Amino acid sequence: MTEEIKNSNWKLRKGKIIAAKQMTAAEKWFDIKLEDGSLDHEPGQFVQVELYGVGEAPISICSSPTKRGSFELTVRSAGRLTAAMHKLGEGDYVGIRGPFGRPFPVKVMAGNDLLFVAGGLGIAPLRSLINYVMDNRKEFGKVDILLGCRTPADMLFGSEIGTWQKRLDVNFLCTVDRGAPDWRGNVGLITTLIPGVTLQPERTFAVVVGPPVMYKFVIAELLKKSVPERQIVLSLERHMKCGMGKCGHCQIDHPKNYYCCKDGPTFTYDEVKESKKL
Amino acid sequence: MNYHILRHDELDGFIKKLSKKMKVAAPVPLGAGNFAFQEVSGASGIALQYTPTVLPPKKYFMPQREKMLDFDLSGAQPSDKAVLDAPELAVFGVHTCDIAGIQCLNMVFSERPRDYNYLLRKDKVFLIGLECTVYCDDKASCALVNSHLPSGGYDLFLTDLGGRFIVHVNTQKAEELVEEFGLAKAEAADMSALEKVREAKRAVFRNEIGVDARKLPEMFAKGAKSKVWEEVGKRCVSCGNCTTVCPTCYCFDMADTINLDMKTGSRTRTWDSCQFETFAAVAGGENFREERADRQRHRYSRKFKFPLDKFYRFFCTGCGRCTRTCMAEISLKETLKTLAKETV
Repeated sequence: MTEEIKNSNWKLRKGKIIAAKQMTAAEKWFDIKLEDGSLDHEPGQFVQVELYGVGEAPISICSSPTKRGSFELTVRSAGRLTAAMHKLGEGDYVGIRGPFGRPFPVKVMAGNDLLFVAGGLGIAPLRSLINYVMDNRKEFGKVDILLGCRTPADMLFGSEIGTWQKRLDVNFLCTVDRGAPDWRGNVGLITTLIPGVTLQPERTFAVVVGPPVMYKFVIAELLKKSVPERQIVLSLERHMKCGMGKCGHCQIDHPKNYYCCKDGPTFTYDEVKESKKL
Repeated sequence: MNYHILRHDELDGFIKKLSKKMKVAAPVPLGAGNFAFQEVSGASGIALQYTPTVLPPKKYFMPQREKMLDFDLSGAQPSDKAVLDAPELAVFGVHTCDIAGIQCLNMVFSERPRDYNYLLRKDKVFLIGLECTVYCDDKASCALVNSHLPSGGYDLFLTDLGGRFIVHVNTQKAEELVEEFGLAKAEAADMSALEKVREAKRAVFRNEIGVDARKLPEMFAKGAKSKVWEEVGKRCVSCGNCTTVCPTCYCFDMADTINLDMKTGSRTRTWDSCQFETFAAVAGGENFREERADRQRHRYSRKFKFPLDKFYRFFCTGCGRCTRTCMAEISLKETLKTLAKETV
């Protein structure tokens, strides 16, 4: 057996779950420490999580690289593997490959205003960037965070959001599709929040992460506000099975032949606007 | 130029000697006009004239089921071990279209990040090509993509000159073998006979589509919304046969299997197909290539458009397998001709 095979990109690193918490009915949060060192990721990247005997799935990293020692994942129980992962807890082991993918363009965005738009579970990958920005706050201009979810009970990272709300250097707005008796905030789709935001389009990067159906409507609102197409940054969802631009599953229907795992998952809108689906 | 001669009556001895050194696979008839690469120990069962085998020789480079990892869950924490089972193997009688297919796969898997499972396996394969002097059938389109002539990618390459093969020696490993087996050097008369064979081929193998291959990527760019995709999509049954038999299709899936002891198991790479309905589906229900028309256009684009940008070559080698195997009689040549009519 050669060293190449042992140390290939298929090699699994052992990750120990050091904390886990059920966040909502469908989403569970995991804090994972690698046995052999740090993950060394950038905001917007993902890992392949292997549950021995069940299989592997790509999961976005939801913690900022500024948090050292371990990394976090928020997993929605949506398929066979994620359902099995929900049964895991503190002390259990998973296999980890990665990090994979092109990160959010943090260096390019530095010095500009940021508008974050997160829908549903989109807050998970976006949180890796939001917390990075919070920890390097002086590098960026005005920061607006818009968050939308189905009901108040579906809201993720509630206590952390509370701290964002209190900060004076961040403008945080949130809305739910359907309210609850004790809900005092906005009710309506996330697109309803965008017209009220004041922004200087030429110096604003809008980072949008959410379900595919959300992109079309949010992007239309941003374009109405004159945000340039190459300053609208998205993170696309596909089923990356290898993470190396080979297995073919995540290839995007686009003339440029993008592999979501290698060329993405983050793209600017002008790069992918010709795709059949975002 | 290093050419040797292997007389027809020496072939059996050649294969027998070779099979003492390593496993030898060659095309053998399966009946009903089908052929397959199978292990042989002499020349008697080998088909020297054959239409492309049911599966291309990619099965020796990228096995249908390839174990990548063994794991053990019995300890306090899981342990795993990478595995590679790659025996030395000679593949005899590979047509130029299939050699071109292997050259495509070599590019894919040596592009970074490299796939060492593929690359190490590839190093163990000794390739012996065999030239076609006539078309295998009317499904082939090798002249369109210029894969009817040899252009490297083999250790030895045989061309039938009648009563004898002229053998091109292309690698050091092949040189040593030819020396050991005592193959005679080719003479000037053999070389001119080879010239004549190639000359005769020029008259036989003609661009099958009638469109300059350099125009193909543009045809696909212009024809992204062509009706031909709807038409092909309507007939397609999403069985995935076309991609399974394709010498350049390499899409794969990874799967875990756990043994009956519920403690040990393995991770396996298996062939997958972009034609399957769930290929581009994600958990939660979204499917990014839901329509058969889109999936077919995607398959063709991965042969004639995308790889041009990335690898500067076509990923169709003109072998004609996809057309031969299609239950809905979707013909690659017809699809290209229709697309050409609309876009050129």
